[in-house]
Amino acid sequence: MRTVYVIGIGMTKWGEVWRSSLRDMHTEAARNAINNAGVDHIDSMYVGCMSGGLFIGQEHLASLLTDYLGMRGLPATRVESACASGGMAFRSAFIEVASGISDIVMASGVEKMTDCTGDEATQALATAADQEYEVFHGATFPGLYAMMATAHMARYGTTREMLSAVSVKNHRNGAKNPFAQYPFTVTSEQVANSVMIADPLRILDCSPITDGAAAVLLASEEVAKNLGKPIIKIIGMGVGTDTIALAQRDDLTTIKSTTLATQKALAMANKSIRDIQFAEVHDCFSIAEIMVAESIGKFAPGAAGPAILAGETALEGTFPMNPSGGLKSKGHPVGATGVAQVVEVYKQLTGQAENGRQIPGSPKIGMTQNMGGSGGSSVVHIMEVVS
Amino acid sequence: MTMFSSRNWREYAHRYRLEASRFAKSGQTYYPKRLVDPDTGDNGQETVNLPMEGTIVTFTVIRVAPNQWSDIAPYALAIAELTDGTRIMAQVTDCDVDDVKIGMEVRLEFRRIQSEGHSGVISYGHKFVPKWY
Repeated sequence: MRTVYVIGIGMTKWGEVWRSSLRDMHTEAARNAINNAGVDHIDSMYVGCMSGGLFIGQEHLASLLTDYLGMRGLPATRVESACASGGMAFRSAFIEVASGISDIVMASGVEKMTDCTGDEATQALATAADQEYEVFHGATFPGLYAMMATAHMARYGTTREMLSAVSVKNHRNGAKNPFAQYPFTVTSEQVANSVMIADPLRILDCSPITDGAAAVLLASEEVAKNLGKPIIKIIGMGVGTDTIALAQRDDLTTIKSTTLATQKALAMANKSIRDIQFAEVHDCFSIAEIMVAESIGKFAPGAAGPAILAGETALEGTFPMNPSGGLKSKGHPVGATGVAQVVEVYKQLTGQAENGRQIPGSPKIGMTQNMGGSGGSSVVHIMEVVS
Repeated sequence: MTMFSSRNWREYAHRYRLEASRFAKSGQTYYPKRLVDPDTGDNGQETVNLPMEGTIVTFTVIRVAPNQWSDIAPYALAIAELTDGTRIMAQVTDCDVDDVKIGMEVRLEFRRIQSEGHSGVISYGHKFVPKWY
């Protein structure tokens, strides 16, 4: 297996982007990534998108998007694993370069979520849950994570203040991210007093509905080293799956697919979780970041909430999480999220994070954790900067 | 989301009679029925009906509801462990949403779950009600 590097990144400004279509957002992010890498061609492309079909009635995206990128004829396909689609597209691109089939492959992600009503968007997102045995009974995504939160609070004493601390911290980081949908800070009181969506989760515990795209280029060692700039080596990769129906899980307070994916990625990298200096994680809801912090093995079960409240995962903490602002502040265009996590790790490892968002001490190893649904799929990547 | 009648009809055994698979090799029960035992990969099984009583292990109150439940929101949604150890998700009804708690004993009752617009199928299934009700 060949070693694979990330050589270029690009994304669009995320938000409610009325002026841009899905194809235009994707083209902008992809061109930014190609220009950023400084290459004159790519060999193939993987597009992560959860549901162009349900959000805007458009499938067959890979061909459409290569055409609009000015690359008709390019081998391309779409990858889907609900909210983990972007991370899975990155994995597919990794495998194609590692196998020797291609030298330069793009992994992109895109979602256009505001061209439909809020109810239509909610129903589209709910297709990531079990339609016959969860959604049929009235489950929503906030509802599923709320049930995990209720169980976590009952078992470990996780509090409202701990949940709020996740949103406060992520907004503090996102306020410094020029690409974020909601670049402003919130207080613990604002989170605690925001409108209730599904007890105990309030609106400021939830990531938003977002339009956006992101793209990265992966390449072989020969291509990467000829570019003459700091390059990012992908040293670990792992995927895990689990039941998508919450009721069938043995333990509602942990995310098994994330544990499986992390263990695989760490084994491949020959590292322990203590070697990972920061992480971009899938904080679709505040409780998700707490559970992920425990499921990756960084904190003992029940210990992540107090640690986040104490500032351990802040930008200047011992283990910064979501320096980009996370899904909460940066936004969550589902298919693009996993790719944008790689964009942020790349920026942090190369010292390019904007507006004082750089993690102090020039971190060398970072991790992404992207998950689908209520944890039915997870994909983890570990990256290291090499000069 | 509108479901075709064949899609509803296929689920009747699960929704109406709470039919589940009990696998011979592992002894585990899975609801709804499935072809392969997740524990062993074996397909030797018998059909059983789930017990009608259990205990809530977690819950939420849905305040912002999808369209087809906006008339009954807020409503409680829970996962309960039934007396045979199987866990299922359903709404909790016939009590105040604020009375729902972890550890609350419930039983399953046959109820209307949702209807699909003016001319769509009315779907029935089970909801939890407090055991003492």
